[in-house]
Amino acid sequence: MLKQTPLNQAHRDLGARMVDFGGWDMPLHYGSQIEEHHAVRRAAGMFDVSHMLIIDLKGEGARGFLRQVMANNVDKLQAAGKALYSCMLNAGGGVLDDLIIYYLREDWFRLVVNAATSDKDLSWLAAQRDRLAPSLELAARRDLAMVAVQGPDAREKVWSAVPGSREATGGLKPFQAAAFGDYFIARTGYTGEDGFEIMLPASSAPGLWAALHRIGVPPIGLGARDTLRLEAGMNLYGQDMDEATNPLESGLAWTVDLDSPRDFLGKAALSASKPTRQLVGLVLLDKGVLRSHQEVATALGQGEITSGGFAPTLGLSVALARVPIGVSPGDRVAVHVRDKSLSAKVVKYPFVRNGAATYQG
Amino acid sequence: MSMPGHLKYTKTHEWASREDDGTITVGITDHAQSLLGDMVFVENPAVGRKLASHEECAVVESVKAASDVYAPVAGEVVAVNAELEASPERLNQDAYGAWMFRLKPSDPAEFDGLLDAAQYQELVDSESH
Repeated sequence: MLKQTPLNQAHRDLGARMVDFGGWDMPLHYGSQIEEHHAVRRAAGMFDVSHMLIIDLKGEGARGFLRQVMANNVDKLQAAGKALYSCMLNAGGGVLDDLIIYYLREDWFRLVVNAATSDKDLSWLAAQRDRLAPSLELAARRDLAMVAVQGPDAREKVWSAVPGSREATGGLKPFQAAAFGDYFIARTGYTGEDGFEIMLPASSAPGLWAALHRIGVPPIGLGARDTLRLEAGMNLYGQDMDEATNPLESGLAWTVDLDSPRDFLGKAALSASKPTRQLVGLVLLDKGVLRSHQEVATALGQGEITSGGFAPTLGLSVALARVPIGVSPGDRVAVHVRDKSLSAKVVKYPFVRNGAATYQG
Repeated sequence: MSMPGHLKYTKTHEWASREDDGTITVGITDHAQSLLGDMVFVENPAVGRKLASHEECAVVESVKAASDVYAPVAGEVVAVNAELEASPERLNQDAYGAWMFRLKPSDPAEFDGLLDAAQYQELVDSESH
C-alpha cells in the first residue's frame, strides 16, 4: 500500500499521472513535464513535497548535538529562522543523507530530510541522540505537509494566496524562514529559482493548494522537479551521493567543515581521505540524452554519470558526472550511450540559475 | 487512448500502415507516447538498412527514459521522417501522424499477421491491470 500525502486527492483531481516514488503515491506530471518545467523558470509553479520528513529536535543542548552529528557547522545559524544545508555522514565519511536544518530557537531546530531515507535517518538520529544527548526530543512531524512554490513570481503568488503573509515574509533573504500563524515559510527550494517552501498543518494543505491554483499557479510534478534541480546543479541523494561516496567527491566540499576544531561524525575519515574523483557538469555536444550510470571516458581515466537528462531551459542534455580529479572545464569527454560514443564538454555548474544559462567551460 | 482501426499494431507498441505502393509506414502508438511522456530525442535507422522482424532499429527518448523501437516486419528502410529530429514532440502531439520510418517488406504477407486495433486494445488493457 503506497503512502499518500494530504494532497493525493488534489493531484488526482488535476489529472496527474501518479507513480510509486520510494513508497509514496506521487504525481509525475499533470500533462506535460516540459511545460511544467518552463512554468517554474518563467513564472511560478507549486510542488507537493509532503513526502519529505520534517523532524523537530527540541531540548537544551540541541545545538551541541547537531555540532557533533552534522558535517556542516550549525554555528553558522545564529539568527532565528536561518537555514543551513548539510550532510549527515557515517563513520566512513559516506553520506547518510542531505538535509536542511532550520534554527528556530536555541532549544528547537527543525530538520527536513529526504522521503526515501526518512526511516533510516530517524533511527540513526535517535541512536546518536541516545548516545550523545539522551534528554533531547526528536519528533517526526507527519502531521505537517509541505508545499514548495518556486519561480520568479512565486513569492508574489504566495503573498496573494495567503493574506497577511507578505508582512511576515517580505523581508526574508534566501535561506531564511519565518513563522506565520501555523505556517512556517522558508525562502528555500530545489529549483534554482526564487520561492518559498511552506510547512503547514496537513489539514490546511488542500486549502493552500486550491488558493494557489485559483490564482493561476500550476501544479508541478516530480518529473519537472528533477529536471529543474539538475539544471540548478543540485545533488540528488541516492544518485549523486550515497553511503558509499563521500561529500568531497560529490561536489559538496563547501558543505563540510573540516577547518574548525569541531569534531563530527565522519570527520576523521574525511580528513584522512585523499579524494581521487570529483563531480563535474557535462553538456552534450552530440544529439541524444545523457542518463545516470552511463560511462564517461576522459583523458585521465573512466568516470560515470550520476544524474543526466534533458535540460528544457537549455534545449540540450546535461549531466552531473563523477570523474577523475584533474578533468577541467572546457575538456572534451566521450560518453558511452548504447552502442555509440557521444561527445560532451566538461563545464562548471550550475547549468541554470534564475531562468538563465550559467554554466562555464 | 486512440487506436485507429485502419492500422496494425505490435506487442511492443508500434503501429504500422500499408501504403498503396506496398511499403509499410511505422510509428509508435498513442499509448506508448503517453506512457513515455514528453519526447526529446528520436534516432531513426539509416535509409537502406535491412531489418529482421522485431529487430531493434530506432530509439525514442523522453524526459523520462530511452525506449527502443522495433521493426514490425522484416524489410529494407526506404525513408525516415527527418522532421522528428528537430521536433520530437510531434510524437506526443500526433502519434499516428508523426511516422518514424518506412519499410519495403521482405514478405508482404507478414503485415497481415500483426495485431488489429481490437487485439492491441486488449493488450493495452491487460498491461494496465
